[in-house]
Amino acid sequence: MNSSLLSAEGLSKRYGAVEACKNISFEIQEGEALAIVGESGSGKTTLLHLIAGLMAPHSGRVSYRGRDGVRRDLAEMSEAQRRALMRADWGFVHQDSTKDLRMNVSAGGNIGERLMALGERHYGRIRASAAEWLARVEIAEDRLDDSPLTYSGGMRQRLQIARNLVTSPRLVFMDEPTGGLDVSVQARLLDLIRGLIAEMGLAVVLVTHDLAVARLLSNRILVMKQGEVIESGLTDRVLDDPQAPYTQLLVSSVLAA
Amino acid sequence: MTSRPYNFAYLDEQTKRMIRRAILKAVAIPGYQVPFASREMPMPYGWGTGGVQVTAAVIGPEDVLKVIDQGADDTTNAVSIRAFFAKTANVATTTETQAATIIQTRHRVPETALTEQQILVYQVPIPEPLRFLEPRETETRTMHALEEYGVMHVKLYEDISRHGHIATTYAYPVRVSGRYVMDPSPIPKFDNPKLADSPALQLFGAGREKRIYAIPPYTKVVSLDFEDHPFERTKFDAACEFCGATDSFLDEVVTDDAGGRMFVCSDTDYCDKRQAARNKDAAE
Amino acid sequence: MIPSASDLLVVEDLSKSFTLHLHGGKRLPVVAKVSFAVKRGECVVLGGPSGVGKSSILKIVFGNYLAGAGHIYLSDGERFLDIANATPREVVSARRRLMGYVSQFLRVIPRVSALDIVAAAARDAGLAPGAAKNRAENLLARLNLPERLWTLPPATFSGGEQQRVNIARGFAGEHRLLILDEPTASLDAANREAVVGLIAERRAAGAGFLAIFHDEDVRARVADRVLDVSAFAPREAA
Repeated sequence: MNSSLLSAEGLSKRYGAVEACKNISFEIQEGEALAIVGESGSGKTTLLHLIAGLMAPHSGRVSYRGRDGVRRDLAEMSEAQRRALMRADWGFVHQDSTKDLRMNVSAGGNIGERLMALGERHYGRIRASAAEWLARVEIAEDRLDDSPLTYSGGMRQRLQIARNLVTSPRLVFMDEPTGGLDVSVQARLLDLIRGLIAEMGLAVVLVTHDLAVARLLSNRILVMKQGEVIESGLTDRVLDDPQAPYTQLLVSSVLAA
Repeated sequence: MTSRPYNFAYLDEQTKRMIRRAILKAVAIPGYQVPFASREMPMPYGWGTGGVQVTAAVIGPEDVLKVIDQGADDTTNAVSIRAFFAKTANVATTTETQAATIIQTRHRVPETALTEQQILVYQVPIPEPLRFLEPRETETRTMHALEEYGVMHVKLYEDISRHGHIATTYAYPVRVSGRYVMDPSPIPKFDNPKLADSPALQLFGAGREKRIYAIPPYTKVVSLDFEDHPFERTKFDAACEFCGATDSFLDEVVTDDAGGRMFVCSDTDYCDKRQAARNKDAAE
Repeated sequence: MIPSASDLLVVEDLSKSFTLHLHGGKRLPVVAKVSFAVKRGECVVLGGPSGVGKSSILKIVFGNYLAGAGHIYLSDGERFLDIANATPREVVSARRRLMGYVSQFLRVIPRVSALDIVAAAARDAGLAPGAAKNRAENLLARLNLPERLWTLPPATFSGGEQQRVNIARGFAGEHRLLILDEPTASLDAANREAVVGLIAERRAAGAGFLAIFHDEDVRARVADRVLDVSAFAPREAA
């Protein structure tokens, strides 16, 4: 009896002759943080899109256990069900926040959108929730009515996180959430994410090429190379005692500051 | 050069049938935008081609047509369109709301209550209420199909956060029959309550955007709002200068350079009738 | 070895070697057939010369290194979990509830204050935020960390100060087994004394310790027995 939260079985995806994902299987439990690491071309981003239901695999299946306890195959869901899932149960934090944020809508409107989509019709309550979340992601309260166009990159990313977490999702997908940001900004953001994961008991699937980010945020790790999982296990174990040759190469290549 | 007579109401019969099929679909699914093959009309886009096509499809030789533009029968637009139908359909025309069987309107709903014998045809510029926040047609169609209207309330939220109240004063979005969210065309929000439970058939035509939608008679139409910011009808601080009405939509007219202004009923027919009644009373 | 009720940790025939794929697959054997047990209230110290594999054994027990062969039975009060063959999830759970680890060096996370580091460990063990903060303050005070440093992130602390935060974190939970890797290496006499005190208290409460101490004095005071790891040196293949 599969009691995992999300389960990927035999996922494969091809782009023409290139096999981006080869027969990949793994599970995520509630409250677990899984990092998928690899270099460019490893297939990690494709894998993330497959398990988030944003892309269909050529073979294999992804199943998710909903809040009602029922396990459903993503491919068998209707568009309406999939979107409802994305709105209430899941979050997706993109590397580029402008992909998710509405740039011509205020921060409050951005955070409140999911609540309004779920039927919240009280302006005062929506605004209060948005303000609360703005504080939680450490953005000053007086920026609530500003458009994200006036925000810095790090602030936009934090706003994107607030927008995704406001409905207390069970599972959050993150694609290089700190990519492209200044190092000092990254540190703050990582700390915020770490805290929120712990506080909210979120399950997280995080794609990153940065092993330090994986170590900080995840307790399990998948190492990918050319569409295959080379090694997997406890994050600190894989990073401190890598068994596979490729993992050893990856770990030894990381420069220490 | 001999001039050939136009087909009745300008459009050929097949086109009229196509438009009527679209209208039937629209009536069957209140508030849903039905795509239709909008024709080239002898006026440019933006001048009421959608409304004219709908009227042309439903008008018959016995009909009496009224055309108003911002409530007035005597503006250029209204006069042109009335003349157009007079020439191509040879129908009777009128400025009196009560005498008309078809009323084509740009941006107002008549003050006089309508009856089951009447059809109100609205001219619509942008039919898609979600367009301002979602530019992709593929996406807005999906949103309507899946009833994903959260984004409409985002717009209203923005209004309140910026202005302290919902600042949308015209083209105020409504929910029809509890299902589709619809743009009622740029009528003032003052007119929104008239859309609900009307005995008349209301048809909406957008020529450039190629969409037709409808509100069947006696249909529930609710203006979107928040629990703590409920929809409020506009109230005027003044009465009509000419007829004294306090319950009609008033146009503000600047009378001099010193800032003098007066308020006048936008619905010319309504105003005229009231003035006539007053004069009659005064005479007695 | 059949574990008994008072056994907290039973290590059985544990072996470990590293394979360095980046160096032509060179194999480095570390330890072979390590067997020992730690009982409740007991402090077992691993001894032997540098490089003999003491630290590695601690890391394997904690699940940080992969066991090559053998078993690591950890008691949760009712059953034994074999860390050597446990799923990642089981190890994470064991680390939260059953075994804590104080490494030689504090791994610094940016921006988190010393107090928060320790309080977080207490919260993980199930304490409410208020109680966790109190416990953190008590521990840092006992380890003589100046109060003005409590709200600062440890990145700028001295080695000894960082180590004291590390120790406080290790003792902030309610683990039944505490694994200590040279916890007093960078501490002065007063603070070594504080650590000895903490160990004694926990032992009295039933916790077990598996530790490495280079300091002979501390070792003499806390160890119930010293296991010389050279006894488990792998026999080199001819």
